[in-house]
Amino acid sequence: MTAIGWLQAVIYFLIILALTKPLGLYLVRVFEGGRTWLSPVIEPIEKLIYRLCGVRVDEEMPWYTYALAMLGFSLAGFAYLYVLLRTQQWLPFNPQHMPPMAPDLAWNTAVSFLTNTNWQFYSGENALSYLSQMAGLAWHNFVSAAVGIAIAVAVVRGVARTSAKTLGNFWVDLTRATLYVLLPISVVGGLLLVMQGVPQNLHAYQTVSSLEGFSQQITGGPMASQEVIKELGTNGGGFVGANSASPNENPTPFSNFFEMLLIFLIPAGLVYMYGKMVKDTRQGWAIFTAMSVIFAIGFTVAYWGEAGGNPLVHQLGVAGANLEGKELRFGAAASALFATVTTDTSCGAVNAALDSFMPLAGLVPLVNMQLGEIIFGGVGSGLYGMIVFVVLTVFIAGLMVGRTPEFLGKKIERREVQFAILAVLVTPVLCLVPTAVAVLVPQGLATLSNNGAHGFSEILYAFTSTNANNGSAFAGLGSNLFYNIATGVNMMFGRFSVAIPALALAGALAGKKASPMGAGTFTTHSPIFVGLLLGTIIIVGALTFLPADSLGPIVEHLQVLQGKTF
Amino acid sequence: MLSQRRLERRPKARSLFDSAIITRAIADSFPKLDPRWQARNPVMFIVEVGAFVTLIFFARDLASHSQQTGFDLAISLWLWFTVLFANFAEAMAEGRGKAQAEFLRRSKSDTSAKLLGPDGTTVRTVAASALRKGDVVMVDAGDIVPADGDVIKGAATIDESAITGESAPVIRESGGDRSAVTGGTRVLSDQIVVRVTTNPGESFLDRMISLVEGAKRQKTPNEIALSILLAGLTIIFLIAVATLAPFSVYAGAHQTVTVLIALLVCLIPTTIGGLLSAIGIAGMDRVMQRNVLAMSGRAVEAAGDVDTLLLDKTGTITLGNRQAVEIVTAKAVAKNDAALAAYLSSLPDETPEGRSIVLLAQNSGVVSGDGVLPKDAIFVPFSAYTRMSGVDLPDGTQIRKGAPDAVLAWVRESGGAPSTELEGEVERIARAGGTPLLLARSKNVLGVIYLKDILKPNMTERFARLRAMGIRTVMITGDNPLTAAAIAKEAGVDDFLAQATPETKMDLIKREQASGRLVAMTGDGTNDAPALAQADVGVAMNSGTQAAKEAANMVDLDSDPTKLIEVVEIGKQLLMTRGALTTFSIANDVAKYFAILPAMFATAYPAMGVLNIMRLTTSQSAILSAVIFNALIIIALVPLALRGVKYTPRGANSVLFNNVMIYGVGGIIIPFVGIKLIDMMLAALHLT
Repeated sequence: MTAIGWLQAVIYFLIILALTKPLGLYLVRVFEGGRTWLSPVIEPIEKLIYRLCGVRVDEEMPWYTYALAMLGFSLAGFAYLYVLLRTQQWLPFNPQHMPPMAPDLAWNTAVSFLTNTNWQFYSGENALSYLSQMAGLAWHNFVSAAVGIAIAVAVVRGVARTSAKTLGNFWVDLTRATLYVLLPISVVGGLLLVMQGVPQNLHAYQTVSSLEGFSQQITGGPMASQEVIKELGTNGGGFVGANSASPNENPTPFSNFFEMLLIFLIPAGLVYMYGKMVKDTRQGWAIFTAMSVIFAIGFTVAYWGEAGGNPLVHQLGVAGANLEGKELRFGAAASALFATVTTDTSCGAVNAALDSFMPLAGLVPLVNMQLGEIIFGGVGSGLYGMIVFVVLTVFIAGLMVGRTPEFLGKKIERREVQFAILAVLVTPVLCLVPTAVAVLVPQGLATLSNNGAHGFSEILYAFTSTNANNGSAFAGLGSNLFYNIATGVNMMFGRFSVAIPALALAGALAGKKASPMGAGTFTTHSPIFVGLLLGTIIIVGALTFLPADSLGPIVEHLQVLQGKTF
Repeated sequence: MLSQRRLERRPKARSLFDSAIITRAIADSFPKLDPRWQARNPVMFIVEVGAFVTLIFFARDLASHSQQTGFDLAISLWLWFTVLFANFAEAMAEGRGKAQAEFLRRSKSDTSAKLLGPDGTTVRTVAASALRKGDVVMVDAGDIVPADGDVIKGAATIDESAITGESAPVIRESGGDRSAVTGGTRVLSDQIVVRVTTNPGESFLDRMISLVEGAKRQKTPNEIALSILLAGLTIIFLIAVATLAPFSVYAGAHQTVTVLIALLVCLIPTTIGGLLSAIGIAGMDRVMQRNVLAMSGRAVEAAGDVDTLLLDKTGTITLGNRQAVEIVTAKAVAKNDAALAAYLSSLPDETPEGRSIVLLAQNSGVVSGDGVLPKDAIFVPFSAYTRMSGVDLPDGTQIRKGAPDAVLAWVRESGGAPSTELEGEVERIARAGGTPLLLARSKNVLGVIYLKDILKPNMTERFARLRAMGIRTVMITGDNPLTAAAIAKEAGVDDFLAQATPETKMDLIKREQASGRLVAMTGDGTNDAPALAQADVGVAMNSGTQAAKEAANMVDLDSDPTKLIEVVEIGKQLLMTRGALTTFSIANDVAKYFAILPAMFATAYPAMGVLNIMRLTTSQSAILSAVIFNALIIIALVPLALRGVKYTPRGANSVLFNNVMIYGVGGIIIPFVGIKLIDMMLAALHLT
């Protein structure tokens, strides 16, 4: 580990910290319907959209209507993308004459993008037309992020409101999240990336002669516009297969740093917005602290694992960090940081081959996802996932003060516990059960390129990633009918079977009276509470996966120490 | 022939760990193995299923002469013990209640009743069990009251010790708030006519029996919420362990069913799962030992949540009796003169206030009276209408003392022109929380008597304790706001409701509830009944009316209004115990992982031995030690579950910190030590 490496991470975190409050305040404005400095430009467009779609701005929805609208919108988006991918050969903006995508792969891809997962069993440069990229994937990159933000805002309203029946209007939240938050930042960010050299064109791929005299094809396309929302919306689906490791998507150390900032930006801002909307910013900072602690631990372990290098390589007389599968323009620190950031959130963009990480460093992304993507997390999904954990923590620990546990003055009773545990239940079921099926059936092992503990890690990682809607891959696992369908189902449930219980929880909380805080109620912003929250996340969230992890990365790590390779 | 059976006094608390209770609880643990009984509790049900399945595997081992036989048997036995220990905890919690219920049943034995005919004179002897609601019975001295009812004629002293355990007799009389009698108590003197208010099987005694026995115990809301959490965690671990089977097949580290079940049982929250119902029953039992009858567990739980406590001033905060402490004389009047008038007017006054005036006058030395009024003096008693009392002396002198406005009006009526010079004094006394009594003789105002409310001892500290717990106390009084404010300040209550009427009291409760607070109150009169019903926790005094008792969700058999505070503490303790054991249970998992996982995979992946940080002897001893620890910890925690965790009234954050340190951090560390010790013992005994 080097001072420069650490400095990079510290500066990164400080910039995020500095941006959290201003962005959070802006988000409060946007979602409480106030005017922002962008309103003069955006408001006419916003109103036009409402008029065209027949949205009544003042019409508030109870949680189930909100959830139904969200589901309906998502499923319509699925159908749209599926048809687009299956018919791209007949549609314009296809200079490379891409054929239609196979049905099972199209299903997997459509689910993947609508759920904000961006798991990719294909390489964009060999499979998709520009239209599919722009109107299909980029569209979902925006709206799936906006859906996540909308759900988070609704959940926060549920926590904040008292004796209320409704959580807001889904269509309004969706529109405002897109127009006021995602689009403006994307426009500015996209231009910055173009400055750094990310292509933005509609040409066919260029064939050039390289210095060695070989003929080489350079992929092009509308990359910058998609690259920025890929990070900002914590989508993570690369325009090309190599994702952010490709010099076209992520050309410079600056673009790399900037992309990492984009990933944490909105999730961090949402946490501040939460504090502000519940009228106690300390609540937001407490969650921010808990998230930061796990982020710091994750980065430290990953960086330590990578910087320490591979003992087997050291024996060959090559000292230094583990640089297998890394872009040398980023190095060990920036790769470890990127891997931590991208899996803390549900982004899943990668700038290095996670498969080549040292086992313990590779464990970090895996555990991050197993926690349920709540360390800043996916845009929106991180916050509502974290609120579910806060409710659970309040319930378990809160009893110890001798009262029915209260969260911001609201009693946590049967219904709340029920929905919270339902949301938490999903992660282990959807991650472990398909993994168990995969190691039992021949189709599950057919496309596995490694065996032993490493092969197991690859399968476990695939289902963990799709379930957490992350989308990063450990590689080494090929696409086939089994995985296309199984991971697709997994992504679908991973998204909605957390989001819907979270909305139900919010609905239950919104209807409650809040009793005034007194000496008899404990505060949910104290260091002790942050400690309890961390304890609950680690013991309830992560320990469930310890048996599985121990057969994957943990045993792998121990074996590498003993000199075994895979 | 009426029953002349001697009444036994209901025994007070037995020790929690009375050997008779323990013996009986051990016997009661076995019938509870019935799967239908266990099915109520998903956590322990899973353990029982596991115990059963491992037993089958043991049988298979026996048949195949497997090397696993001993190990499978050991695991199975300890799983059965785990279930039995949980059953034992529950049986222990029920123990004291059952013993008391048996006693109460005995006092319910056959009595007969003198049923009054419709004409009100003919008496027919019938069995008490034949009485119906609305029947009217006559009860003479020596008789046992045949059923619950209200006295409609007469007054009597009654021995209620069979129910309350208190031997001092109480007075019950027709009309007013002291009219309720309870079946099974005995009339000591006089004759009363009672209208029966309950049908057989619904009497207070019946309810009491079923309550102390816990026969109709329903899960409380918080218990249900906690059960859902525990069931959820159980499902999560079930999946984690079930999927481990294929994972280990893939890894080439095949696991036996016994080992997987052992891991599962160690991970699911058996500690809290096994003790949950015992905690609830023990909480009810602790309330009962304080001689409070809680109509449901829900009420006890709600007591822990109470935010606002409404306390009647008289009897709860102050002693019932006010005492005269000063006589302020008007300028024109001689001190001795006023004191004498006060003395004379109070001599026949038998109220505590009256006696205290006599005492004050005597102590001041100005009066050397012999305690006898002149012959033919006429005592004018206090009435709510006149709001004053006094004497008419034979010489025509009239002396009155009472509420200042009433006395002033009387003076004016008698043709006097009272000066306003004492107004200041009257206000000073009222402001200080006292009651000013204006003293007048014929047309002249002589002075003001200062009656002081005497606070019950230690109340100020109790309120400070409540405040530390985050509970607001509100004093309810009929006094004027000035007096109320002064007493409230002296007693240290947070707020007061002056000139309270049943309506204003009700409004206050509704207002508090609307702002999200839970309200507790005590009451005894019929006009308290609506408020008792409205309050989240209503405690009726056993001496109170039937209506009050029915509206309340708790009845205090000692009729002590301060008991409410103890009930609140028990409720808090109950919830704390649940939270502490849940936290402990979940925290325990860390050590169990470190014991079992390396043991499971040590053969396939020798490298995993590094994770055996406890250095447990063998794989089998590691797994067995974890299972044994898991079972023994239930027994070890039975006393804690039954007594409740130590409660100190402090702010929530500090309570939380302490308990997190003890049960959270402690819960992580203790099993490491415990499992290691058990493993060392197994190794020493060559059982591995």
